[in-house]
Amino acid sequence: MEGLIPESLNEALDALSKERFIPVAGGTDLMVRYKRWKNLTPALPYPPLFISQLKELKGIYRENGEIIIKSATELSEIEKSPLVPSILRKAVSQMASPGIRNMGTIGGNIQNASPAGDTLPPLYVLDARVVLLSKNERRCLYIYEFIKGPGKTERLDNEIIYEVRFKIPTHTHEFYRKVGTRKANALSKLSVAALAQLNEEVLEDFRISFGAVAPTPIRRMEIEERIRGKALSKLDDHLIDEIAHAYEKHINPITDQRSDKTYRKKVTLRLLKAFLYQIRSR
Amino acid sequence: MKIDFIVNGKKVELDTNPTRRLLDVLREDLGLLGIKEGCGEGECGACAVLLDDKLVHSCLVPLANARGKEILTIEGLKNTEAYRIIQDAFLDAGSVQCGFCTPGFVMSTYALLKNNPDPKEEDIKKAISGNLCRCTGYQMIIDAIKLAAKRGEKLWKA
Repeated sequence: MEGLIPESLNEALDALSKERFIPVAGGTDLMVRYKRWKNLTPALPYPPLFISQLKELKGIYRENGEIIIKSATELSEIEKSPLVPSILRKAVSQMASPGIRNMGTIGGNIQNASPAGDTLPPLYVLDARVVLLSKNERRCLYIYEFIKGPGKTERLDNEIIYEVRFKIPTHTHEFYRKVGTRKANALSKLSVAALAQLNEEVLEDFRISFGAVAPTPIRRMEIEERIRGKALSKLDDHLIDEIAHAYEKHINPITDQRSDKTYRKKVTLRLLKAFLYQIRSR
Repeated sequence: MKIDFIVNGKKVELDTNPTRRLLDVLREDLGLLGIKEGCGEGECGACAVLLDDKLVHSCLVPLANARGKEILTIEGLKNTEAYRIIQDAFLDAGSVQCGFCTPGFVMSTYALLKNNPDPKEEDIKKAISGNLCRCTGYQMIIDAIKLAAKRGEKLWKA
């Protein structure tokens, strides 16, 4: 079977309820992963279900204090939407190159579940939820529940990622850094996304996520909890070292063609400290 | 599967596999050889075309994603005033050496100037960040795009 180009989301879900397909949106990851010689079709493991033309999966909306991004919304749309928080826009604007951002989708980047997936650390700190649809069910999972490991997610074979949603963040400090070999078309060696809210000298909220330094992005609620509610005057060098030390054992990068584990770990911890210093200096 | 789309203003209908790369369909079925295959994985931009007015790398586009859409290739751009301006600027600035990457750079230049008639150097660098050139070192290409922006001022702003 050559695949299916459904006319509606219902048709797509109906097809998925009967047969196994591989959903294909922008194709920017799958067309490369399964590519063969030129003039041959990529060797997809299952027939493709093309979903990027489905209107139900497009668009960015604001609803009851939440931002909703439909799964097949292209990265270039997210990059330029004033509705999208800047932490996510910054990350997206540094992904790949303009031509790829015109095709690649947020749902695709999530389902690809790469340890270096660049939308993931911002979505982790935004406490984003992934909404999955199948013919008879709707499920909603936090992004950190949804991502299971490299290339592995909670999506079932009969489900489609429908949308990503998160509360509009209120924060006073924001930090995003991607470290790559060059500015464009580079997969991340590591990335750091963080938000913090300072209110009357008290650190009311602090969230940080690290990408490409473990099988999945890292977010540690129990360490964040230790910082939350602290008066800024308590955020001295000693506490900053203690926080970095607490994160250290969770940051377990690998050595690969892009970088090595010593560099990744060192730079990640330094960027964490840089953000804490930045908060301390207001 | 029957798939129809528009290439350079002409309607095309093919009965073919929807997972084929748009690049292969354009080159092999339609004979549009201005589109080059460099890396085949979206890094080099030699296969860039416009899909519904947006720059894409045709080696990454499954044909299904072009269904019902309009594709503009370097061959379609060739008879336009915009192309003449970009071509002359590339020639005058010495931006063409081996020439393999040039069609992709021309498409990226066109996509940029159409939306941003007066780009800053940083905008130009971003616009061509998905194109690789192994001859020029890029500076001459950046110069050409500045020249094309200036010479085609009226056209780009129209």
